[in-house]
Amino acid sequence: MENLKDKVAIVGMGCSKFGERWDAGVEDLLVEAAFEAFQDAGIGPKEIQAAWIGTVFSGLSAITLSPLNLQYIPITRVENMCATGSEALRAATYAILAGACDIALAIGVEKLKDAGTTGVKGPAIVGDNPDGTAGIGPGYSAPASFAYMATRYFNDYKLSPEEGKRLLAEIAVKNHYNGSLNPKAHFKNQLTVDQVVKAPIIAWPLGLFDCCGVSDGAAAAIVTRADLAKNFRQDPIYVKALNICVGARQGAVRQDYDFVHIEENVRASQKSYQEAGIKDPRKEISIAEVHDCFTIHEMIVYEDLGFSARGRAGEDIRNGFFTLKGDLPVNTDGGLKCFGHPLGASGLRMMYEVYKQLQQKAGPRQVKNPRLGLTHNLGGNAGTGIGSICIVGNEKG
Amino acid sequence: MTGITSIGAYVPKYRLSLDEVSKFWNVKGPGGEKAIAGYDEDSITMAIAAARSVCGDGAEIDGLYFGTTTNPYREKQGAAIIASGADLKAGVRTADFANSLRSGSIAMRAALDAVNSGSAGSVLVVASDSRLGAPQGRNEQLLGDGAAALLIGGGQPLAEIEACYTISNDFTDVWRVAKDEFVQSAEARFIDVVGFGPTMQEAFAGVLKKCGATPKDFAKVIFPAFGLREHADLAKRLGFEKGQIQDPLLNSVGHTGVAAPFVMLAVALEEAAPGDRILFAVYGDGCDLFALRVTDGITKVRTGASFKAGLAKKKVIDYGKYLNWKNLVPLEASSLPARSEPSLITRWRDRKRIAALYGVRCKSCGTPQLHPIGQAIRICAMCQVKDNFEDYRFSDKKGKLFSYAIDQLQPTKNPPGLNGVVDFDEGGRLICELTDYDLDTVKTGMPVEMTFRKMSQGQGLINYFWKAKPVTE
Repeated sequence: MENLKDKVAIVGMGCSKFGERWDAGVEDLLVEAAFEAFQDAGIGPKEIQAAWIGTVFSGLSAITLSPLNLQYIPITRVENMCATGSEALRAATYAILAGACDIALAIGVEKLKDAGTTGVKGPAIVGDNPDGTAGIGPGYSAPASFAYMATRYFNDYKLSPEEGKRLLAEIAVKNHYNGSLNPKAHFKNQLTVDQVVKAPIIAWPLGLFDCCGVSDGAAAAIVTRADLAKNFRQDPIYVKALNICVGARQGAVRQDYDFVHIEENVRASQKSYQEAGIKDPRKEISIAEVHDCFTIHEMIVYEDLGFSARGRAGEDIRNGFFTLKGDLPVNTDGGLKCFGHPLGASGLRMMYEVYKQLQQKAGPRQVKNPRLGLTHNLGGNAGTGIGSICIVGNEKG
Repeated sequence: MTGITSIGAYVPKYRLSLDEVSKFWNVKGPGGEKAIAGYDEDSITMAIAAARSVCGDGAEIDGLYFGTTTNPYREKQGAAIIASGADLKAGVRTADFANSLRSGSIAMRAALDAVNSGSAGSVLVVASDSRLGAPQGRNEQLLGDGAAALLIGGGQPLAEIEACYTISNDFTDVWRVAKDEFVQSAEARFIDVVGFGPTMQEAFAGVLKKCGATPKDFAKVIFPAFGLREHADLAKRLGFEKGQIQDPLLNSVGHTGVAAPFVMLAVALEEAAPGDRILFAVYGDGCDLFALRVTDGITKVRTGASFKAGLAKKKVIDYGKYLNWKNLVPLEASSLPARSEPSLITRWRDRKRIAALYGVRCKSCGTPQLHPIGQAIRICAMCQVKDNFEDYRFSDKKGKLFSYAIDQLQPTKNPPGLNGVVDFDEGGRLICELTDYDLDTVKTGMPVEMTFRKMSQGQGLINYFWKAKPVTE
């Protein structure tokens, strides 16, 4: 098996403004993200040789990308739940690696707010089938499926609900601070721990501010062979590792699953560290964008990805380890918490931030001398997941 | 000797204060409270709860007769749904007895005939009702929800049938035409003086003559009535003393329709002694009257789980919730996306899991497993061996709540919802909804058991499945 490290580079990226884009259709979001990416790479749409469009609800097939008016090139729609954006990037990267094309577009989009309802449209309820028909059986919300983790984490690590909720609140406060510095974020308001703890409960122990928003958005990346990258720009970003790890619902069926870790996260990250040659992610990763759909998941991701030791995420949170000024800043752009989670776009939106950070172009959010960045998505939920990791760097080697 | 070999009743957890209803409408009422089916219960789910309490899951019985006036389906047999929920064998003879408050006793007579004739060894009679009285009216304060089941069989029954006496009478006292949602009734005095009173007196005279007995020969007399006053008056006219009269539960449970006399009988038998004689009368379009004699078998079946004590574990809901649960007020639509309805075909493929929560047990590693959304399990989740399973019933397995969420977004008429991860004591895991919980006692490790409930209703059919509930005993 060939190692993909440093063989593919990202040479252009774009990201739409995220939020309640009442006046923008899927077509507007796609054009906004794609043309920023084209401009960033210094190319036009005619130079794209193949494209992958990621969306969960906002269009069937490659025809979803028709607003870009690409002329008779191979295009494929990909879908992998909340990891869909990263999946588009993975497909484009693999195509470059295989030599099938030299310049490819990965783009993700989701228009959630057209549903006219609160929350994410069907399958809104976790028990429902992927094809939109209802599951025969229980119905529970996505927040509930992550609340199980919080309940267990508090239980296993002997945190009172008050202590646990304050710890989770620190994550929301951090991400909202970062989001307040980001013009593209949906939510730019800062929060206090008290505000988060006192917010209305959605799925106990998770409250409103433990949950990410519902937004519209799109993001895009242009990838090429690493040896061609400097033809486009002097500061390309090199792909070091790309992995997804898919569970088989083991955690929903087997009693040995503990709900305080996600095996799919652990395995995807370990394989990626191996691929990228990373021995101590806590020290070597400069910046990470992780899947903070719910604050408890960001906390568990710290441990799953080896940023914190098991059961020790709380100490790192209290010490500010993951803040902009900390040793390993996480979700510097505001995360899902402030961007919301337009499913198909999120993975690429994360990469947009990492890309800008590694190019030292992140403005007031810029972290010091970053070298390696990581993005992480989770499709599904605890026990039934799709873990996705992408590691990139601003230097080869 | 043919008789009742086992009996049980199911009264839902919820109560409505009748004083609250009286105050709301500014009317006079009887006071006390009545039992209300949970928003996820109906006559079928209550019948299954009663049936399972009597014969256990997978019982080897020959027939199941269902008496009700509130079958959720106008066309589709309730007894068949109950039989599959209780996991009775495919050859069980099922029948619905409907449209009369006497549906249960008519079913009981048919069951006695089937067993006496040697055609069946044992027949389960299940009575369940959930009738609605129109808001502000007398029936609203009278009608409660509940179910009972009794097993008719030979061998050593706990109560023998000494004599039966039946009157059929086309008398219009309570009725619903096909499209009526609420029970209609004639003037109370008219019912009492012309219908209920004379019919019951004739039946009691008839059965006493058959037995060559007088009222004082009986330890208890059981009959429901359309009101506490009517009940007391008739008992007096029939010549029974206070100590003989079985509480009709009208101000604690309400008149549970077809189930009402059977719930009373279950309570009476719980307190009966060997040798006691009981008169058991069921009124409706006439009367069925049974003279019963309690046998030594009564001492054997007592498990210590007192139905009467269970009645005390209740939760009072307010009138607003009652109106909502019974669909009596239009409500603002949820701003959350609507849940779509399951396909009939996937329901059929998933029928064993829906009916009695069947999963599989791996014959290679022994692990019980249940698929979270009802796909067939072809590969063992533990040992990866393909297609080496036996069917495994989870409905009767107890478990513990491994984790949970108090879920404001769960579709429920009793918010907030509660759902969680149930680990069964003998292996296997299910993420499911909970019901009949008290939020202040919910915690990880809480013991739970499974209960058959209504999940949703749409596309013209009812979607039943299993929920976990805290173990009550």
